[in-house]
Amino acid sequence: MAAAFDEMNGLGGDLRPAYQELSRWLKETPPDALEYRRQEAELLFRRIGITFAVYGDAEATERLIPFDVIPRIMSANEWTLLEKGLKQRVLALNMFLKDIYHGRDILRANIIPEDLIFQNPVFRPEMNGQDVPHDIYVHIAGIDIIRTDPDNFIVLEDNARTPSGVSYMLENREIMMRLFPDLFARHRVAPVERYPDELLSALRSVAPHSAAAEPTVALMTPGVYNSAYYEHSFLADKLGIELVEGRDLVVKNDEVFMRTTEGLKRVDVIYRRVDDDFLDPLTFRPDSALGVPGLMSAYAAGNITLANAVGTGIADDKAIYSYMPDIVKFYLSEEPILKNVQTWRCREPQDLSYVLDNLADLVVKEVHGSGGYGMLIGPAATKATIEAFRDKLKREPEGFIAQPTLALSTCPTCTDKGLAPRHVDLRPFVLTGSERTTIVPGGLTRVALKEGSLVVNSSQGGGTKDTWILSE
Amino acid sequence: MLSRTAENLFWLARYVERAEYLARTIDATLRVTALPAAYVGKTNEWDSALLTAGVGASFYDHYEEANERNVIEYLSFSDENPSSIRNCIEAARLNSRSVRTALTSEMWDTINSAWIELQAVWSKGTGNREELAKFLRFVQETSLRFDGSAYRTMLRNDAYWFSRLGVHLERADNTARILDVKYHVLLPEEEHVGGPLDYYQWTSILRSVSATTAYHWVYRETLKPWLIADLLILNDTLPRSLASCYSNLVRNLDQIGVAYGRQGASQRHARGIRNRLEHSHMDDIFQRGVHEFIQEFITDNSRLGEIITKQYLI
Repeated sequence: MAAAFDEMNGLGGDLRPAYQELSRWLKETPPDALEYRRQEAELLFRRIGITFAVYGDAEATERLIPFDVIPRIMSANEWTLLEKGLKQRVLALNMFLKDIYHGRDILRANIIPEDLIFQNPVFRPEMNGQDVPHDIYVHIAGIDIIRTDPDNFIVLEDNARTPSGVSYMLENREIMMRLFPDLFARHRVAPVERYPDELLSALRSVAPHSAAAEPTVALMTPGVYNSAYYEHSFLADKLGIELVEGRDLVVKNDEVFMRTTEGLKRVDVIYRRVDDDFLDPLTFRPDSALGVPGLMSAYAAGNITLANAVGTGIADDKAIYSYMPDIVKFYLSEEPILKNVQTWRCREPQDLSYVLDNLADLVVKEVHGSGGYGMLIGPAATKATIEAFRDKLKREPEGFIAQPTLALSTCPTCTDKGLAPRHVDLRPFVLTGSERTTIVPGGLTRVALKEGSLVVNSSQGGGTKDTWILSE
Repeated sequence: MLSRTAENLFWLARYVERAEYLARTIDATLRVTALPAAYVGKTNEWDSALLTAGVGASFYDHYEEANERNVIEYLSFSDENPSSIRNCIEAARLNSRSVRTALTSEMWDTINSAWIELQAVWSKGTGNREELAKFLRFVQETSLRFDGSAYRTMLRNDAYWFSRLGVHLERADNTARILDVKYHVLLPEEEHVGGPLDYYQWTSILRSVSATTAYHWVYRETLKPWLIADLLILNDTLPRSLASCYSNLVRNLDQIGVAYGRQGASQRHARGIRNRLEHSHMDDIFQRGVHEFIQEFITDNSRLGEIITKQYLI
């Protein structure tokens, strides 16, 4: 693969303007000082307890996500464009969801094949005709962005269910400010610290009509053993809201209450970090011990707002993803600002035969997969793995999509052998409330720490970086 | 506040208090057993340590003999013992994680650092006496830091009160258990048969509730067993006495009652026990039987735990 576009040095090795100060600073700073700060950062993370769990990993139920101290920097112009594109994309996602669960204009216009919706396990018939406050389904979106050149932002994935990672955006910044005060002083970095306030006001703005003037918001977590538990407790703390588990909630007369030391207290908005399947054992998985019996009937009665809404999975499904440019055009009559990665839908015979012929060059993903699991990266895979995938594809083509292997942009990163380029992506977080859509300038930059690796997921050895958006 | 949060805070405080108590018990036992047999008699002090820790029965499911090595292992590091020091710290960390939002960062840092140290330094237990002493000091310091940071940094609201309830309920239970195991060396003069042998038992009791110096300040006397009993049971000025624990339990429960605008069964029950302690004299207690008195207290105390749970924590 050809050398990738580098966030700092561009394609040809010319230092990009946003990185000028950093480059100067790196030259002045001895390598062992960097290494020392890196160790200090790790110590801080461990003390604060910022960990995540890797499922099926008995040895270490709590791990640190490696943190790279070299920031990823973006100029104000780049951010303005990206922000515009993100707002457009999330608006379209919300309009699409409202349409799918109501009038279904987009199906009648033959933009998306019906069976892709109705045969889809993440489509929730319970949501048919169900109104949600202000028609907002996706209150919190995490859109994964990659670049292959300086001019385009490309969406790799929309996360419209329960996107995680925002605690790293906030904690990474805290730690960078503590460890590198002089580097900060030499830049004008847009702050990210208002994210919790923006989130709280977005959540409060979508409270149901039956809520009190001061609606009660709670964050629902599957519990301490969930991989993102740290983030759940972190956010509840920053927002000043209760962190509840299913067993803390009870439904009476279609209203949701939490059990408190002073008796039952009504809850109006639940920022839930529990998947649809586990929300209510009466509606979804009966074996779920995480959920609240009757929650969905309180939801249907309009007495509780769930953020994100139930059934948003149909919008971030990887098969639907390939239609996103059409979705944007259909609802907004605008050209999409953010590009899509070219995607072959294996459910379509023509696409499938192309994919089967070119497996060694493509990335193949499960339509419902996430976390970087169950993926084939053709150029990095052995013959045997490719053949195994070929069988899977032939057996169940509708379960897969394929994309070209993209040279994600790189960013200088600390490695055992000094600074070296490593592939990165970016997950900004888009908040939608009744009054406005906001994006705190920045996001979570994930970095594939292994040389040449394109997989940035933390469960697969990825790390994180602080993301700096420079002010004008 | 969520009932589950209150429950976690309550138990978190209990686990930390228990870990410290176990460390002090081991420390006190080591000192007695280091004396020549002529000074302490023939009782197996390690058996007593197990009894005061409330694990006298379960120990023998795993070991043949209650000797120094086995008992220290069981009380400190054993996975089999649900209330070993290691398991107390593990449980405290897990509880802290699930109520992080109710803890101050200082409290979290104390528990999390202790847990990290437990894994990094003490994962294989202790090899010799010197290491053991270091370990016991680490446990006691963790508890002091935790208690101190709770005292200095927590808002004075229900979160604080529930955590205090855990401390004092556990502490009362611990002091009562020592008395329960050792009551026979604390009988009044005329009934006393042990003679000077018991002197070291007495200091050991005082040491396990860190009250050796306190005794002399309060009574300005040489060690008298009935005064030791008086100190541990009725003296409100000694933080680990039953009387002091109950003053605190009543106060914290009252604060909860006032904040919530409602009193209930736990306030009544705690006041009942406190009144009984307030109006008791050692003479009467000896007359009616120390052992019975203590046993009754242990039952009443754990009953209070159940009532608090029912009223607030579920």
